[in-house]
Amino acid sequence: MIRIVNIGMNHESAPVELRECLADDVSIPVKVLSLMRESSSIKEGFFLSTCNRIETIYTTDEPHSAKDLIISMMSEAAGIVKDRIIPHLYQYEDMEAIRHLFRIASSLDSMVVGEPQVLGQVKEAYHLAAVKEKTTGVILNRLMHKAFHVAKRVRTETGIADNAVSISYAAVELAKKIFYGLEGRKVLLIGAGEMAELAARHLMGQGVDSLVVANRSFERAMKIAESFGGKPVLFEEMESQLSEADIVITSTASTEYIITSDMVKKNIRKRRNRPLFFIDIAVPRDVESKVNDLQNVFLYDIDDLKEVVEENSAQRKQEALMADRIIEEEVIRFGKWLETLDVVPTIVSLKEKIKNIREAELKRSLSGLGDLTPSQVRSIEALALSLTEKIINDPILALKRAAGRSTKDTFLDAARKIFNLDEK
Amino acid sequence: MTFIIFKIALFLILLSTGGFIVYIIKQKKIIFRCSYWVLFAGFIFHTAFLIHQYYILETAPVISLKSSLSFFAWCVIGVYLLFQIKFGLRVLGSFVAPLAAILMIISSAIPGMEETVPPVLKSVWLTVHVMFMFLGDGIFAITFLAAIMYLIQERHIKKKTRGSFYSRLPSLETLDLINHYSLMYGFSFITIGMVTGAIYAQYALGSYWRWDPKEVWSLITWLSYAILLHERLTVGWRGRRAALISIICFCILLFTFLGGSLWLSDYHSFKNLGGITGR
Repeated sequence: MIRIVNIGMNHESAPVELRECLADDVSIPVKVLSLMRESSSIKEGFFLSTCNRIETIYTTDEPHSAKDLIISMMSEAAGIVKDRIIPHLYQYEDMEAIRHLFRIASSLDSMVVGEPQVLGQVKEAYHLAAVKEKTTGVILNRLMHKAFHVAKRVRTETGIADNAVSISYAAVELAKKIFYGLEGRKVLLIGAGEMAELAARHLMGQGVDSLVVANRSFERAMKIAESFGGKPVLFEEMESQLSEADIVITSTASTEYIITSDMVKKNIRKRRNRPLFFIDIAVPRDVESKVNDLQNVFLYDIDDLKEVVEENSAQRKQEALMADRIIEEEVIRFGKWLETLDVVPTIVSLKEKIKNIREAELKRSLSGLGDLTPSQVRSIEALALSLTEKIINDPILALKRAAGRSTKDTFLDAARKIFNLDEK
Repeated sequence: MTFIIFKIALFLILLSTGGFIVYIIKQKKIIFRCSYWVLFAGFIFHTAFLIHQYYILETAPVISLKSSLSFFAWCVIGVYLLFQIKFGLRVLGSFVAPLAAILMIISSAIPGMEETVPPVLKSVWLTVHVMFMFLGDGIFAITFLAAIMYLIQERHIKKKTRGSFYSRLPSLETLDLINHYSLMYGFSFITIGMVTGAIYAQYALGSYWRWDPKEVWSLITWLSYAILLHERLTVGWRGRRAALISIICFCILLFTFLGGSLWLSDYHSFKNLGGITGR
């Protein structure tokens, strides 16, 4: 019997160093998919790698050898010994695997639940597998399309994607309430830190196209700027940069304000009152709170952002329950379809056998009947066809009906014996 | 017959107003779509009514308070329908439709319907003057509503309160852009309206400018909008201040419209035109 298996690692099961090894090299997906295609134990395969997760989904008749193959493939691609990878992997089979995929596509399994990028990444990975590498077949094609459908349902029927539940995401949402689209905006990142960089990354993901990094250590500024494709500036230049930037993220270790109300005020005229949004992630704070009183200038510090997040997470929990219900529904539906798949080979071979019999008998009878007009030949053929079709119609229906029941195997067994389908 | 058409228009506008209010609460796109098309249908009926009135009176149907309120409502809706195409800002409808509905209700509550007008009012220049003035006023009404929306949203963001409007209103910059564009268009329309009005006055009354109170107040209104526009374009006024000033400007405009037509004015007054109710 064919099985659907999912082996992978995500932001919870594996440290970032390990995920990086598999996500950074863009040629890995193609390599993995072509290995899957060539392997005899894997029938259909799908591979997804993002900075937060690595997922393989495949169908197989031989789960054990397929699993060994997948693991050795991963360790080879990452250049790490198997024993170091194995403890970080999870494995799901059949219904569990389907559920897990649906949860990924619906962004329920993401680090930031409800973030929309993951669906795009899954679609891209599917495109690679289905169109370019041609490693997917009947089951995975249907499974992936179903996953997109589920994601759409979750997005439209629940509020899961409405509210930001991480600090950096809340900052992005706020920016969207201030600016008319984020494309082409300039971000100034002052200081460094995981959260600040995450916020910057989120903003870049929303179309912000230029990033300027200021840091007390210019070397550090250069390093950060490089990782974002941004521009480093000296810390002393920061003030003049205020006239250019639209969004300023601060996260320095400074114990005093590095941006004062006067400093911002001086730049307002130069900016021609264009809105300016300060995101102060630092503790103690980097931006004087009076800045928020200036017109067209908005300041949110870490506590403000935390408040937004808390408000949203409570709401999010409700929505997540609803989303899980939708996913459960769809998993059951898909399971039913899979079960009908089991009876398909028997039906196919039954049809095949009847067709062979009909063709052989027609050939014999027609040659014995001597000269016939073409219309007579046609009616004899039609007679044979409708006779055979009608005879096997009820058995086929019975098999299809049995598909979802526990007696399925008995039915299949009986059918194969009665029609003698296994003779060779 | 025309009466029935007006009633249908009124009914459709009220219906869509209800829809738009449900939309801002429930946030369902389908409700918006229905309300939008109902409003559009109402607008078509209203247009038919106005064309018919124009045909009967042989001049723009704005010579009584009753008919000018209805015409004003028509302008506001028309401008909104166009803005919706350009900005796709659904929530604006929830502000525009109630305003138009109120204007329509007041208009329909005033009894009577004008049937004849003095021949001096039958002029193409007058029609053009009135059309541009009212369309300009309609556009400024959008400026006004966008400014109110801006102030609500700005308050939510500054005070970090995120009330129920926060998620429903668009971004500050979007509202500011609407303010900007509607100000530019409205100002151009008003300017053309004033020039054509002066030309009409020269034709009909023999002088371009007669220091009629409504003329003076119109000039004051025009100047206040001119200052706002100038400051926006040269100094770069934006956001809260621009929104506040445009609200003040609209109050002056309303005073000019109502005060000028009802109490102060000489020949712009409805008393001398068609009366409050029409004759």
